[in-house]
Amino acid sequence: MSVVKVDSVTKTFARGNVTALENIDLELEPGEFVSLIGPSGCGKSTLLRIIGDLTPPSSGTVTVNGKPARQARNDGDYGIVFQDSVLFDWRTVSKNIALPLEMLGWDRDRRKARVEEMLDLVELRGFADHHPWQLSGGMQQRVSIARALAFEPALLLMDEPFGALDEMTRERLNLELLSIWEKLGSTVVFVTHSISEAVFLSTRVVVMSPRPGRIAGIVPIDMPFPRTVETREDPRFFELVTKVRELLRKRGEHLLPEEAAELL
Amino acid sequence: MIKQVREWAPALVVFALVIAVWEGSISAFHIQQFLLPRPSDIVKTFWTARHTLWPAGWYTFKEALGGFFIGSALGVVVATIIGRFKGVGTAILPIAIAANAVPIIAFAPIAGAWFGEVSPHSKSAIAAVLCFLPVMVNTLRGLQSANPRQIELMRSYAASELAIWRRVRVPTALPFLFTALKVASVLAMIGAIVGEYFGGAFNALGVLINSDAQIFDFVTAWAGILVASLLGLALYGAVAGTERLVVRWAPDTRDT
Repeated sequence: MSVVKVDSVTKTFARGNVTALENIDLELEPGEFVSLIGPSGCGKSTLLRIIGDLTPPSSGTVTVNGKPARQARNDGDYGIVFQDSVLFDWRTVSKNIALPLEMLGWDRDRRKARVEEMLDLVELRGFADHHPWQLSGGMQQRVSIARALAFEPALLLMDEPFGALDEMTRERLNLELLSIWEKLGSTVVFVTHSISEAVFLSTRVVVMSPRPGRIAGIVPIDMPFPRTVETREDPRFFELVTKVRELLRKRGEHLLPEEAAELL
Repeated sequence: MIKQVREWAPALVVFALVIAVWEGSISAFHIQQFLLPRPSDIVKTFWTARHTLWPAGWYTFKEALGGFFIGSALGVVVATIIGRFKGVGTAILPIAIAANAVPIIAFAPIAGAWFGEVSPHSKSAIAAVLCFLPVMVNTLRGLQSANPRQIELMRSYAASELAIWRRVRVPTALPFLFTALKVASVLAMIGAIVGEYFGGAFNALGVLINSDAQIFDFVTAWAGILVASLLGLALYGAVAGTERLVVRWAPDTRDT
């Protein structure tokens, strides 16, 4: 059974009569790591939010774990990570991680045990009682990831989670994310602007084109796991990066120059 | 501790300088006492007249405190209702903001007619009206400035509106609320004293200041103002202290 099944989803925004997504079909198998990449306005974040039932599609259906998306959200079937960490300033690191567990009605002891596991997982032992403002951007994003994974959702939705970080932190967190993903075996939908990040992380890269948002092509990434620093220097890595770039460029005739520049 | 001393030192030095210049210029320019008494005389009277001034201050302070609590509580309640039901907001908010332009103090004689000219209730009423609007408007703004991403995150957990209110909206609103309460604490004291200028119990601070000024006993009037200021500061300090306990995460109360 597929974890996510997007069936001819279309999304139009009434304001400005914009078609954000047109006829999107996409299916994710358990344990896949799929990146959505494309220029601004291609609807990749909208697609992620539709999968999470945070915004409704105009037509078409989304099935998560064999259930309608609404049901899956109510069942707590996915965790989500945004571009900024969206931590609650008034909560300590451990209370932030415990938030979804509170909402699920876990008791205190169970929450505490799980939070400690998660702190280990994202290597933030010793920061449990810190407040978010006392952490660096990369550490905040790790807390956010720990929070999303705390209740072991089958599906992890990530909306440009490392977009606001510097290149070095970003590459380190890419490695950390992959090792967590391999450990937990969850399915990931990962929205990004960065071609190399998408290729490095994914089992498949979904390339999207804008106005209206469509899938321009899907590139399977046939590089072995675990991926390491050397992966980025592998000739195959460059071939795949080129392939994604060409797909973006081919569909990029109707890109604005700055959008094209952002991608290439 | 040393850091705190260092932080307060500039303000203390300026304060001491102002007092010194005040004291010095009165002898230097032979300023008449009814125009401006010496600070040392004011402090002296503050002590010698303590049996009348201090109880009067306490009496007025209680009026202000009552008005502060009633007005602030109403402000929070109304803001909560408006924040919850948008329709109520569109109906009430413009009127409330227009009402804020009305000089509330002008109603003091009328409040006297409504609640009894000598009664402390009329003073509390004025203080309450003065406190209400800033608290209401700020609390409402706080409730509405919740981060939409945080709300979205809560929705991803299938959180109820109540859970979102409790875990996102209220904590976001608290710093706004305390800012308003600090403003209100000062307004409450102003409301009570000005209310008393239009008539009040003979042992009320505003009445004392007013009558002392009329019989040219300006030193006592100034000492009364000193009492009022200290009590106003105390109320402000109590609010700020509570804020420090409740809003531990906010930038201006950080301890590092």
